[in-house]
Amino acid sequence: MIPELGQFALALALCLALAQGVLGIAGAARGDRIWMAAARPVTQGQFVFVAIAFGCLTYSFVTNDFSVSYVASHSNSALPLPYRIAGVWGGHEGSLLLWMLMLCVWMTAVTVFSRHLPDEMVARVLGVMGLVSIGFLLFMLFTSNPFLRLFPIPPDGRDLNPLLQDPGMVMHPPMLYMGYVGFSVAFAFAIAALLAGRLDATWARWSRPWTTVAWAFLTVGIALGSWWAYYELGWGGWWFWDPVENASFMPWLIGTALIHSLAVTEKRGSFRSWTVLLAIFAFALSLLGTFLVRSGVLTSVHAFATDPARGVFILIFLSVVIGGSLLLFASRTARIGLGGGFEPVSRESFLLTNNVLLAAATGSVLLGTLYPLALDALGLGKISVGPPYFDAVFAAVMAPALFLMGVGPLARWKKASLPDLAVRLRWAFGVSVVAALLLPFALGQWSALVSLGLLLAIWIAASSVVQLRERVRNAASGAGVWARLATTPRAYYGMLLAHLGVAVFVVGVTLVKGYESERDVRMGPGDTVELGGYVFRFDGVREVNGPNYVAARAEIHVSREGKTMTRMYPEKRIYRVQNQPMTEAAIDPGFTRDLYVSLGDSLGPTQWVVRVQHKPFVDWIWGGCLLMALGGLLAASDRRYRVASSRAREQAYAAAPAR
Amino acid sequence: MLSKAITFVLLMVLAVAAWGKEAAPVAEDPVLERRLQTLSAELRCLVCQNESLAGSRAELAVDLRNQIRERMRQGQSDEEIVDYLVSRYGDFVLYRPPLKLTTLLLWLGPLLLIVAGLAALFYRLSRRREAPAIELTGSERERARALLSDSGRERL
Amino acid sequence: MMRYVLITAFVALVALLGVGLTLNPREVPSPLVGKPAPNFQLPQLHEPGKQFSQKDMLGKVWLLNVWASWCVTCREEHPVLVEFAKSGAAPLYGLNYKDERKDGIAWLKQFGDPYVLSAYDRDGRIGIDYGVYGVPETYVIDKKGVIRYKRIGALTPEILKNKVLPLVAELNKG
Repeated sequence: MIPELGQFALALALCLALAQGVLGIAGAARGDRIWMAAARPVTQGQFVFVAIAFGCLTYSFVTNDFSVSYVASHSNSALPLPYRIAGVWGGHEGSLLLWMLMLCVWMTAVTVFSRHLPDEMVARVLGVMGLVSIGFLLFMLFTSNPFLRLFPIPPDGRDLNPLLQDPGMVMHPPMLYMGYVGFSVAFAFAIAALLAGRLDATWARWSRPWTTVAWAFLTVGIALGSWWAYYELGWGGWWFWDPVENASFMPWLIGTALIHSLAVTEKRGSFRSWTVLLAIFAFALSLLGTFLVRSGVLTSVHAFATDPARGVFILIFLSVVIGGSLLLFASRTARIGLGGGFEPVSRESFLLTNNVLLAAATGSVLLGTLYPLALDALGLGKISVGPPYFDAVFAAVMAPALFLMGVGPLARWKKASLPDLAVRLRWAFGVSVVAALLLPFALGQWSALVSLGLLLAIWIAASSVVQLRERVRNAASGAGVWARLATTPRAYYGMLLAHLGVAVFVVGVTLVKGYESERDVRMGPGDTVELGGYVFRFDGVREVNGPNYVAARAEIHVSREGKTMTRMYPEKRIYRVQNQPMTEAAIDPGFTRDLYVSLGDSLGPTQWVVRVQHKPFVDWIWGGCLLMALGGLLAASDRRYRVASSRAREQAYAAAPAR
Repeated sequence: MLSKAITFVLLMVLAVAAWGKEAAPVAEDPVLERRLQTLSAELRCLVCQNESLAGSRAELAVDLRNQIRERMRQGQSDEEIVDYLVSRYGDFVLYRPPLKLTTLLLWLGPLLLIVAGLAALFYRLSRRREAPAIELTGSERERARALLSDSGRERL
Repeated sequence: MMRYVLITAFVALVALLGVGLTLNPREVPSPLVGKPAPNFQLPQLHEPGKQFSQKDMLGKVWLLNVWASWCVTCREEHPVLVEFAKSGAAPLYGLNYKDERKDGIAWLKQFGDPYVLSAYDRDGRIGIDYGVYGVPETYVIDKKGVIRYKRIGALTPEILKNKVLPLVAELNKG
């Protein structure tokens, strides 16, 4: 009964989504106040029904209702409760339902937090999101229904893939989807502005906080995914340029460009068509990612069970949504004005140059991801494009962008002077060059790549210090330093924090790539191995029983200069239902290094293959991402986005002529 | 239960007996192993979904690693080994696609994107400087001020 | 200008993805097609004392089928091979890949033996030489010992009828 209820709720949600799309877009077009006003409650109603559907599926998981096909193939009665709940999004159908739920959360957030925006704008935004929602609901109901029943009812389920039985599974997909789906808000704002024929600074200001928040979620989602792969896959890698990873990374890159482009558009009213295009691209890449992951056109480590019918559906959906948007864009760009002018050397230009580099980086990732497919489709043979390609190309494209990050924030809007910038930044530059040249010696071994990575990271950090110092100095005289710092808007601190996050991230990547070391050894009880100044002693293996697995758990004693540091317990697990071996690495995290121990094959009663790894500064990678996300949230919480009920603003919008 | 306890005691005895021994590396020749590791990290495991030969635990990957190890012992260079694998499995095994006519666009693409992007940007910027920005009329300016009510503050 | 480029690029992308849906990303075409079949000399499955080499087959058009008793798809493919062997269109030889000898023999006993004989590749070395990465795989080799066709995965009656048999007939003529 409950699954049927869930399905019914989805069907009702579809009806409401239809109503939302029509009321929103047609209402705004006709200028019908009642229709426009109705879009809000209809949206909230859709949220309620999708939440009910989600609750129904969760209930089926929690109560082990294996008559539901999806539950039977992704759960088991022995599965611990938290994983039964996370199992809801452990497969294709349920993850789509999570996606839908997130879309509804965002739409409802728009209805709640956009009270100060003109009704017409909100109605159009909700209308566009309603159309997106129709697509996903149809997709779910026709090709990927999570509520289908199974007969005969199996006695037990086939269990959740052991890889997914991990705390990472509980957090990673919701965060990632919040980010992915969040770009639909930026997209909807862009389309709404195109429909209204009013692309101006106000539009940019309205969509900025939404875009930034979505970006922050996506940042956290990707970082969690990378961290999860790092500790769960057992080989210590944290990014593999797999198509699925690229699918989430491309919208992030374009989203980053979009955030900066929105800044230019808001401040100067210029480059509006480019900004709109980026908003469309960010969402298009989210949809493309969905297609790549769920259609089976590319091989990937963690693709969903694939089905060509699903691929065809998403492809049609993608063509309609993005093709339609591009046509709309093409028909309206002629009417988009130029906006305020600025000189070739100005903060605007620096931001836009960075934009071009980010877009080129995205293009390169897309090229590498789709190139094998293109060659195959043209019958020119099969190739693989993997980490060696992406590492080389991506680093080369991003290095100049990182350099510009140090300059851009110091440049004046409208017109800046290069000699002036050079003078202001000379100390920051000197410090970073000297530090970058010397630090690698202190860390062990000098290499050009490490030095370059450190140079860029320190450069970003040092120029941030210069910025903050100038800001305090140049503020209106009279106020004290603390007062000046306190009056600095949060958006500014947000930017500083996010940029520092990038610097921290670069340090992590550079040092772990430059100095990580590992040893593969055979160990019996009492054997020791030394790595990175630590001595690892193997104290034997014993068998432990988990709720739904058996494991061989080794005890490794770690000491440094004779002093006991910690004990580590890597495991080799066999999950009973799927009979799949899993390597559960043991990690001793630290500020300057991770120790990473994983258990390989058993070589006899007491002998094991053990891999010990020393990963300097690896946690800075995810720490940097966290700082970026916090910076984004801080910026989005700036007071000026929250000034509600500014009547004057609404009236001004209503009266402003379309340009 | 008892047998487990006995095993445990035995293990401990064994452990003490073997105390302090430096663990032996898995491979007989660590230098060769490092070379194998570096080489196989750039090769794709064919049977796995998307893993390198170095990272995969699939049986074919193990066989191929053994094959590579053997060829290294015979004194073959990395290029010779890669050529052998390509002659058997095609370019598909290479994670670093070779530069040929069909991959020209792949390798030059990023550069083209940057050059084209920057060229377009500078073209736009220079054109923009020549064309004066659209000046707002007095009333428009007022409305704009109302829109950007706190425009006096520095913004990002 | 810009917008036409944009829309053209998008249409091209959608077309590419559409074509992509019809392709199998996991199938890797063999570079060995058109090249001489790699040399091997292996003991036979049933009679370990006797050897079999691809050289023994020079002057004949023949099929080499890679199989193993642990391979599930081979079992699905098996009836097709039995039918093919009965038709006598071309001699069918087996390469028993990474198998236990007794398992392989028992498997053939149970399901029928379509092979003239099977060579026994215990450690899969010859498999690697032939670029085997998934079992079953089938090679069509011509009179000069050149590989003319390779099928990765199970042979089906359709592939046999549309691809293999016409090719064998053509090669026999030449």
